[in-house]
Amino acid sequence: MEKILTRNIHKERSVSIDVYEAGGGYQALRKAVRSLTPDEVTDQVKKSGLRGRGGAGFPCGLKWSFMPKEKKKPHYLLCNADESEPGTFKDRLLMELDPHLVLEGCLASAYAIRADACYVYIRGEFVHAAGVLDRAVAEAYAKGYAGSNVLGSGWSCELVVHRGAGAYICGEETALMTSLEGERGYPRVKPPFPAQRGVWGCPTTINNVETLACVPSILERGPEWFAAIGPNERNSGPKLYCLSGHVKRPGVYEAAMGLPLGELIYDLGGGMLHADRPLKACIPGGSSVPVLAAAECDVALDFDSLVKAGSALGSAGIMVMDSSTCMVKALLRIAHFYAHESCGQCTPCREGTGWLERVLERIEGGSGRLEDIDLLKSVADNIEGNTICALGDAAAWPVQSFVKKFRDEFVAHVQAGKCTVLSHA
Amino acid sequence: MFGVEFEKRVDAIVGRYPEPKAALLPVLWELQRANGWISPPCAEWAAARLGVSPAHVHGAVTFYTMYKQRPTGRHHIQVCTTLSCMLRGSDELLEHLRRKLGIHEGQVTADGRFSLQRVECLGSCGTAPMFQLNDDYHENLTLSAVDALLDRLP
Repeated sequence: MEKILTRNIHKERSVSIDVYEAGGGYQALRKAVRSLTPDEVTDQVKKSGLRGRGGAGFPCGLKWSFMPKEKKKPHYLLCNADESEPGTFKDRLLMELDPHLVLEGCLASAYAIRADACYVYIRGEFVHAAGVLDRAVAEAYAKGYAGSNVLGSGWSCELVVHRGAGAYICGEETALMTSLEGERGYPRVKPPFPAQRGVWGCPTTINNVETLACVPSILERGPEWFAAIGPNERNSGPKLYCLSGHVKRPGVYEAAMGLPLGELIYDLGGGMLHADRPLKACIPGGSSVPVLAAAECDVALDFDSLVKAGSALGSAGIMVMDSSTCMVKALLRIAHFYAHESCGQCTPCREGTGWLERVLERIEGGSGRLEDIDLLKSVADNIEGNTICALGDAAAWPVQSFVKKFRDEFVAHVQAGKCTVLSHA
Repeated sequence: MFGVEFEKRVDAIVGRYPEPKAALLPVLWELQRANGWISPPCAEWAAARLGVSPAHVHGAVTFYTMYKQRPTGRHHIQVCTTLSCMLRGSDELLEHLRRKLGIHEGQVTADGRFSLQRVECLGSCGTAPMFQLNDDYHENLTLSAVDALLDRLP
């Protein structure tokens, strides 16, 4: 497939506005603000089939259409650049190497929802990417793409890069808004949805970096062109896949939506890291989604195919584990992450994630009991669906799927009082 | 606090938001950069400048893991140990750093040069194992590359 999202990243000085413009950059924004109404932009994005690249896969144009048509208060676009889902590192690539693609996507989308300002909420650790974006924002203002009266259209939009400070939960859209307001990043109950009552009580839309980066090409080349990429119009467009773990060539790969997982691991990724250690399991969408056993890995990487396979595309963080991996230890590391990152608002998540971690530590350390395995499932089942935000579900799904699919290994670990996977023995 | 230029920078930051409180995170970043960590006087200054209570600032400083509640070493090393890094050897990396520096996570070397922290996913999974040294990511690390890097630091 022709590269769409990564077409500029190998160019010299790819971060500068001159290079971006020379490659046709900011023409989509020009077209939008000069010859399309906000609703026409939204319609094109609807027709393209673009679904959110942050994890939930919600149809982007539909989300925009929830914004009020009549403006009674300021409207805000929030670009979610808080990329923190374990296994995910695609937005960082775009921001560091093609910041103007991200900003043009932000501005064209901000126009569609009649926004007065766009805040790019970037995770605090991405100091370098934030610096690149800051410089790009200054360039965009200087060229009249942001600020008052954008390209003489009469529409004005401020553009601000806002750094987080270390909290996975702030990638959750309502927590991101709370954090942007200067609070601890606590998620809020929905409804009201952000389009009704978002940041500072105003109508707000929140989109992932990669989602917004798709918008310029949709406007340039048409929604039909975009919808024709990938298996069907529900799963369309170019996609960035983040490959990590036990493969020869980990990294970000761009391909059409629906790339076969095997092609990613064995062709693009160069195959398994060690020739004598075959694939054991793969987490296809960041650590929050259910794990796939090797036998389930003959699957296409798109929203619907992965749901059908019992998992999810999530943020397209594909984590590959070979036959030397101790699944108890792998799950313990995931459980530790969610216990560390739970914001502490909801009791099932606050208490449950710590409980899961402690039980897994006990098993991993050799003092586990057979009934602990069912206890893990019971605790996970009681977190799932009982919390304000999806972090609770994200903590439960790996536990449920690891225990179900690798139960024999958990039992053997308990009985032996140590890891029984060959290379660790 | 920290001079006229600093206050001007803070004024500019506050101006980017519809209400001063929203500038809390960026203002704390400025304070940390100037002072090295968020000391009680820094927190009180931020509270007064943004019109929130000192307790509110303390709540944020203790919620967001990147704000330092005490001074760290001149070279602050944060090792990612989440799954993708674990699969590529972050446990060995962390153990190597413990031995080399003679400290555990959360500690500072006696000469104040280094401090060590274990952290959650830094979004660098394709170049694991890795750590963040102050602001910078160091990726695809081997133990010998770590030695070469740390040995030439002041």
